[in-house]
Parts: sequence; C-alpha cells; structure tokens
Amino acid sequence: MTFRAKHLLGIEHLGPDEITTLLDLADQYVDLNRRDVKHTDTLAGLTQINMFFENSTRTQASFEIAGKRLGADVMNMAMQASSVKKGETLIDTALTLNAMHPDLLVVRHPHSGAVDLLAQKVNCAVLNAGDGRHEHPTQALLDALTIRRAKGRLHRLSVAICGDIAHSRVARSNIMLLGKMENRIRLIGPPTLMPSGIAEFGVEVFEDMREGLRDVDVVMMLRLQKERMDGGFIPSEREYYHRYGLDPEKLSHAKPDAIVMHPGPMNRGVEIDGVLADDINRSVIQEQVEMGVAVRMAAMELLVRTRRAQPREVMV
Amino acid sequence: MADLLLTNARLIDPEAGTETLGSILIKDGRINEVLTQNTDINEKKLTAVNSVDCGGKCLAPGIVDIGVKVCEPGERHKESFRTAGLAAAAGGVTTMVTRPDTIPTIDTPETLEFSKRRGSEIAPVRIAPMASLTKGRAGREMVEMGFLMDAGAVAFSDGDNVVSDNKVLSRAMTYARSLGALVMGHPQDPVLSKGGAVTSGKFATLRGLPAVSPMAERMGLERDLALVEMTGVRYHADQISTAVALPVLERAKAAGFDVTAGVSIHHLTLNDLDVGDYRTFFKVKPPLRSEDDRMAMVEAVASGLIDVICSMHTPQDEESKRLPYEEAASGAVALETLLPAAMRLLHAGAVDLPTLWRALSLNPAKRLGLEGGQLSVGAPADLVLFDPDAPFVMDRETLRSKSKNTPFDGQRMQGRVLRTFVGGKEVYTRA
Repeated sequence: MTFRAKHLLGIEHLGPDEITTLLDLADQYVDLNRRDVKHTDTLAGLTQINMFFENSTRTQASFEIAGKRLGADVMNMAMQASSVKKGETLIDTALTLNAMHPDLLVVRHPHSGAVDLLAQKVNCAVLNAGDGRHEHPTQALLDALTIRRAKGRLHRLSVAICGDIAHSRVARSNIMLLGKMENRIRLIGPPTLMPSGIAEFGVEVFEDMREGLRDVDVVMMLRLQKERMDGGFIPSEREYYHRYGLDPEKLSHAKPDAIVMHPGPMNRGVEIDGVLADDINRSVIQEQVEMGVAVRMAAMELLVRTRRAQPREVMV
Repeated sequence: MADLLLTNARLIDPEAGTETLGSILIKDGRINEVLTQNTDINEKKLTAVNSVDCGGKCLAPGIVDIGVKVCEPGERHKESFRTAGLAAAAGGVTTMVTRPDTIPTIDTPETLEFSKRRGSEIAPVRIAPMASLTKGRAGREMVEMGFLMDAGAVAFSDGDNVVSDNKVLSRAMTYARSLGALVMGHPQDPVLSKGGAVTSGKFATLRGLPAVSPMAERMGLERDLALVEMTGVRYHADQISTAVALPVLERAKAAGFDVTAGVSIHHLTLNDLDVGDYRTFFKVKPPLRSEDDRMAMVEAVASGLIDVICSMHTPQDEESKRLPYEEAASGAVALETLLPAAMRLLHAGAVDLPTLWRALSLNPAKRLGLEGGQLSVGAPADLVLFDPDAPFVMDRETLRSKSKNTPFDGQRMQGRVLRTFVGGKEVYTRA
C-alpha cells in the first residue's frame, strides 16, 4: 500500500500510486455501503469535525455519513454562524479546535489556500472539502472512481470538462488528477469562463462545444453559478444553454458510449438537459454521489493510517 | 580642520559612472575633497579630526528611497519614525521619501509639518515627505498644493489609490504644473485590477487566486501619460513592473515629456512563483510578475529606461499577514533588504554599481530636487560604506523595523552595509 500524505489538501500533492491506492480502497467501501449493515469500527473512538465556512449540503452530508459509517464521532460546525462572525481569525479558530484534540478536520472555505493555512496550525489530519477556486480533491477522486468503474480504466481516456472552468475548483482538481493518470483533457467553454494561462496545463481548449466533444469517452459538466449569468461573463442563460448546454444533439458528437457527469447541484436547462441528466444509460450523476461517500471513507482511513504509523506528535 | 577622512575606499560615483579607489574628506557635513589613490593620505590625515580606513570596500552616496511608508501617524504598532529611521540607517538609506498614505492622510500643511518635525527629531536619517494629491486620497478634491510645497512636500501622490476620475486628475495635474510640482502616479487601471491578488497566468490558475492582467498597468500608464501630455505636468510613475508597459514609457520619454518611472526591489528580484504555497509575505502591490517581466525590468534599469529603484517599504503586522492569501494585507518591509537584494542584480552581472546607484540615489534625488546622490565636492556627506560580497542568511527577527514582513526571510543574500553617514555624522556602524 502506498499512501504517504498527512493531509488531503489537493490532488497537486498526490502521486499516481497514492491515487490508485485510495481508489482501490474506495472500491471496497462501495461494496460495504451497499450492504444492509454499513458499519465498521475503523475510526472508532476518533473525532471528526466538519468545518464549513461556506454553505454546503451535499458534501457535508457525504463527509458526515462517511465518518459515521467508519465509526468516528462526527461533529458539524456551522462556521458562518459562529465565532468567525465575531471577528475571530481563521488561525485562532483552528487553534481553538485543535485544543479539543480532533483526529480529522474536514474544511471548506471560500478563500483559496485557506485550508492549507489551517493545516499548518493543527496537529490532526486535514481534508480539503473545497477552498475558493483552488481545489476540491475528494470531488476529483469520486469522479475518478466513477470513471474507472464505468470505463474499466482510468488512463488513455479522452475527457471533456465543460463550462465555468475559471471559477471551478472541481475543474482544477480534475485537470490535475486526470493529467496525472495520463488522460487527454479537453476544456470547453466561452473564453470569459476560461482561466488565464490554461493552455500551459497540458490541455486542449475548445470554444465550440461540438468540436470539443468529438469522440470523447467522458463528458463532465460544471455548474454555472447564478451570479455569473447576469451579463458579466455570458450574455444570458438561454444563450449559454444554446451554445454550451449539454443536450442529446451535442452529446451525439461524443463516443456512443460516452458517460455524462455533473458534480451537482445541477441547473437543469442551463448547463444540462433535464432528460439527459436522468438517462440512466448515459448519466452517472447518481453514481457520483454514491462514490463520494466511499471515496471519503477511503481518504479518511488512509490519513488515519498514516497518522498511526507515525510517532505521536506532542499536542500544544 | 576637516571632520572626517574616509580612506582606501572603492568610490562609486553614479554621476561620473565610475568606480575608483580613493578617499573622501568631509567638512561641515559636506564632501570637502575627493582624493585619488595617488594623493598622500598621511598628510591629509593630519588635517582631519578622525579618519577611517574603508579597507577597499565600496563607498557610495546614500540611498534616496522614494515611497517609504512609516505608518506614523495612525499605525505606530506597525512602524514609527524611530524604527523606520533605524532600519533606513542600517540599510544605507540616508533619505526616506515618505508616503502620505497614513491615518490620517498627509493632506494638509499641518499634518505634513508633523511628519517632518517628528521625523527630524527622532529618525537618524533625512525625511522628505510627500503629500497626497487629493484630500483623504479620495480622488475628489485636490489638496492645498501651494501651502504643502511651502511646508516641504517634495511630491504629490495618492499612493495606490488611483484617481479614477479623469476630470479630477487633469485639474490636479494642471494646477500642479503651474506650481512646478511633481505628481506621482500608481499606473494601474482600477477597475480591471480590482480584487486581483496575483498576476494572471498559469500560477494564478493553479492556486485559484483572483488575478489581474499585466495589461491593467499599461492601461493605467497610458491614461496617466495622456493627461501628462494634456497638462504638461512633471510626472513620476511610482512602480512599473510589466514588460507591456515599457514601450509606452519609452514613447513618452522619446516624445520629450517630463516623465520618470520607478520599480520596487521586489519586482526586480522575485517573481510570481515565489508565492509558492500561499506565502503572504510575498503579497505586494502590484503583485509579483512573471520571470519574463522581472527580466525586462532589470534590463530597463540597466538601460536607464526605468529611472528609480525603491524599496516600497510597507510594514504590516503578523495579524494582517496571517490570513488566507486573498484577505491578507499587501506590502513588504524593505529598507534594510534593499541594498543586499540589489546586490543580486550586480552579482547576476546585470548591472554595475554606478548604474545601480544612479537608480538608487542620484536619479531619485535629482527628480525630487533634493541634494544627494553625488560624490562630488560640496555635496552633502550622505554616504554608505558597504561590502557587496559579504554573504549572510536573512533572519527577519534581526530587522529593525517593527514589522518583520520580509519576503527574503531565510534566504541567502550578499551585501552588507558597514557604515552609514548622514551629513557627515555616522548614524550606523555594523557591529
């Protein structure tokens, strides 16, 4: 088994062997999660704190279920309503929580790099549940597991990522992961939603969706935030749907067995056609949610194993 | 009887563009004689009260640093005239040209006089204060430029608050022109650069940080220069940091406008990749640029297109830096690291010492109408003796500034200030 990371802050710091190890373990948890009794004691006695400085229902629920199925004591902190409002700095919040001896800290924050900063100040393992526009590693891992199970492999695939790449941490983590696993990556979207210097990431960039989708194995759609639809980045919702919304016609340019993915929550009729999203022959969107729990269980177990293998650090 | 004789020094004369071995005789705070190697030093020693053997190290005019933030009044917990002055002396800076972006803004003759008086009482180096261009740096009404110049303001600048209203700026420039005042701009399109924490490009995308295009600097400069052409004002761009802005500057100079430009030492020695894993001590304004931009800036200093190198000394306390990158404050302290960092350019073979000292000392003094920057008879004896080769590892805790936010912490550097003189008086001696 190879997994060396002390924290899961981003895909950037993981090696291909670590990714494979994590996905292999996650596969086992998929089986467990489908049984009647879904409980193990792997993390029994350990404390997991979910700190979400940004609203999230799905990711937070997924982490909570993952922790509980592994037997950890899980606590959710709604950070928006707490001391942050009273002016406490992120580091002070981190030190306060650290003094309560948690074993796993799951953090989502609206600012890029905030989770890295926090990880420097605590003794426990930190999992990044999304920081600003930087990374969302568990999302990329669950996408990878979904692809591997649907396609039977995670290399030499042609993957199109479509939509608001500029503001998407999901896109960044996926570009990094799929690149590390040696896949061809195509980015599709209007130039106003492409980040600067993107061509240097070893990807192909397309402004025409049909051209970009040609013969791809996987189509990953991204959510378009409501606040970006007001004419600032794109002229209107309906023009966006016309040019970049995934519908059966546009999808017909991809390989016949291409799968359709979306990290959720979806805007039906904005970035994806509602019927297509529900088409169980093409869409793996529900599988993605299922894989999310398994991947997060695997990530937490591996981080705890790394911790246990190390001499215990002195707590401050 | 002379007061001090500095012998056996490598004299760096930015005006003549020479490096020669020789001695300097100081009397009444001014350079009394510049002696070549062949002069009989022993005879001269008899005529001086004190003499110092410089051991062949470099003796140059003291640095004139345009754009030092002292944080007094208003934020003395970050820096005071005392600590900034000590840092300046230890860094070979003999004149601090202070920024008006304090709390409150230096925008009246009264506040300017406070700065000047407080500085001269408590700082061991000279203070040349700048005033803001508009009241409260709000970009709406111009300050009392005439009174402020009478009180000693050497230039007018709203710092990094760009005056976005072209009508306000054109009137302030027109008024400044009638007084012969120097207006210092911060070339940056305020809308395009809004919220930008790093320069756009691969690194910005990798880190997911809000980015600003280098073009925002060129647009700001082009706007300012169009108004310079319209009003005929004397203009200095505080910091140019991108290659795309250089041709614009070159054209304005070729057209004969009274325009000069500066660059901060950070933009000459660091690039955007140095930010690494969100290291906020590398967050400066404008943000660090690409390596191509950095090299273009070094070349522009060597060619003289960029006139001035400054520290852009901006103290920030730990609290304002220990935050997620986007939220963290911008700025770095640099009074003490300016000279050793500048030595990187020397050791890289990019510029020689007289060229460096033109940008560090002669040009800024000339531009502001100050004495200094010269190594000739009659010039004030504001001098720095330094060893350009002495290696050391930067430890931020040794800095004299109250704030320790230097990007060079832990880095290997070369170049140590040995002694600093202001008006012939030794204000710093390396222990």
